[in-house]
Amino acid sequence: MKQLITFIRKEFLHVFRDRKTLLMLFGLPIAQIVLFGFALSNEIKDSKVVVADYSKDAVTRQLINKIAASKYFDLEQSLQSADQLQAAFKKGTIKMAIIFPQNFATDLIHTNKATVQVIADASDPNQATTITNYVTQIITDYNAGLANDAGQPMQILPELQMLYNPELRGAPNFVPGVMALVLMLVCTMMTSVAIVKEKELGTMEILLVSPFKTIYIIIAKLAPNLIISVVNLFIILILSSVFLDLPVKGSVLLLVFDSILFIMTSLSIGLLLSINAKTQQAAMMGSLMGMMLPTMLLTGFLFPIENMPLPMQFLSNIVPSRWYFIIIKKVMLKGLGFSSVWKETLILAGMCLSLFAISLRRFKIRLQ
Amino acid sequence: MQPTINDPGKQRSTRPVITAEKLTKKFGHFIAANELTFEVEKGEIFGFLGANGAGKTTAMRMLCGLLTPSSGKATIAGFDVYTETEKIKRRIGYMSQKFSLYDDLTVAENIRFYGGIYGMESKQIKIKTTELLQELQLQDEARTLVRELPLGWKQKLSFSVSLVHNPDIVFLDEPTGGVDPVTRRQFWDLIYHAADKGVTIFVTTHYMDEAEYCNRVSIMVDGVIAALDSPTRLKQQFAGNTMEDVFYELARNAKRKDD
Repeated sequence: MKQLITFIRKEFLHVFRDRKTLLMLFGLPIAQIVLFGFALSNEIKDSKVVVADYSKDAVTRQLINKIAASKYFDLEQSLQSADQLQAAFKKGTIKMAIIFPQNFATDLIHTNKATVQVIADASDPNQATTITNYVTQIITDYNAGLANDAGQPMQILPELQMLYNPELRGAPNFVPGVMALVLMLVCTMMTSVAIVKEKELGTMEILLVSPFKTIYIIIAKLAPNLIISVVNLFIILILSSVFLDLPVKGSVLLLVFDSILFIMTSLSIGLLLSINAKTQQAAMMGSLMGMMLPTMLLTGFLFPIENMPLPMQFLSNIVPSRWYFIIIKKVMLKGLGFSSVWKETLILAGMCLSLFAISLRRFKIRLQ
Repeated sequence: MQPTINDPGKQRSTRPVITAEKLTKKFGHFIAANELTFEVEKGEIFGFLGANGAGKTTAMRMLCGLLTPSSGKATIAGFDVYTETEKIKRRIGYMSQKFSLYDDLTVAENIRFYGGIYGMESKQIKIKTTELLQELQLQDEARTLVRELPLGWKQKLSFSVSLVHNPDIVFLDEPTGGVDPVTRRQFWDLIYHAADKGVTIFVTTHYMDEAEYCNRVSIMVDGVIAALDSPTRLKQQFAGNTMEDVFYELARNAKRKDD
């Protein structure tokens, strides 16, 4: 036990002596979260909007005037065919189209209900959400002052349509994505580099000739990365709740538990990588190409997995961060409990255990 | 060539600390080390020579407990290499050809770490650290990062660290690679000093002048021990002026190439 503590202390010395890596370890998540915080707080002004008014009555004119008066929109009032609208969206010259159908005012007066169609270019989901919210707000405001002769409320229903990205993946996705990415990066890369470094230095042989047990070497190598990762996890959670208004809605304990499962899984992958890598560079490249890319592409926070071709969807099942990402989204953003993430937790636990067992075995065999 | 087991040039009363009898290691069909038989006495400096790929490292790894032999017998400090590797590990020190300290730790931290993984008490480590730094005249460098020391010092420190837990035997795997002749000489002074205190030195080397410093030398060719005797006797036997001549005479017929 005392030997193990000596070893773990040495590992921490390595970490603290290497200022550049230390800066990267803690700076990376902070930078990402803060940058994203700024991106979120930016208002969207003067979005190009096209209004297609097929009704041309008093009500639509009033609404259009209100929208035109808003600083958020830059109105281009010209009647265009559906084809022209589509072409404009594709070219990106307009961000939103507001379409009043024929007999808008008549419908409103006779049925107390009228529908206005709002189409937004959601390839940038943040922008699309923001500008449709602005329009909806304007329409709701206008609505409040409306009543028919009989005093019954009349409703204008904005019908929203998000083009290209109907699920509006974006903002809240980012924090869980950063979490998955940072934890994966730190655990996998740091672990494999730390072990390969000893091999490269020749110190690994000395350790193996010493009475120090192999399992202790592994534990000592994993311990600092586990602790650093947990610290990182809390930094991200605090930053995102303070700056991004994304607090953990569900149980923090559950989130931490699942995070540790994910961290252990990533550590095991790091171990596995270190067995085959001969140089620190190889270990680094292995982690970057082998882990970072699949994490970015197949986790679902940059590109929705549902929209991927089937083989890619299938492949994404073996990426641990995919399951972790689902868990954080459910627990952190939706506030769901264990009953709704037990399946993902079980998958993660299974991956963690089997990867750790495999890497442990392979590690021992390799050292013989 | 029959390996010479007995060394008539030396009369020591103590039991041998290393014994090997027909020690063999096969990797598939490849016989890396073939029926090695030799004994090393306590306090002896035993040189282990051979071209690259001759099987030196394999033999050394078997003796250190890093590799399990395929067949044959061997004991280190009286312990069996098959069944008592853990006990062996406590009794041996090891210094690899790559210099083996941590660059980003200080001199004192390195000593402390290696003492620590051998389970030494903090007090013991402190005493040992002072003693060791004094011997190397590095007292002022205790808090210096190892990366800032010149290579020669690192190597000497590395050797001293391999002795920090007072082992019976220390294995040195090409310890003086890349070091200038003066430092090499100083390094050998340290080796002699340790041997005088009764530590057995098992050293592999490429440098033939170093072979001259050993009490006895074994020369491996293609996995077998081709010659084993004191440097003086080997030179007589092979009618050479230097160990270089002896080595060349034996190694030129080697079939295995550098791997």
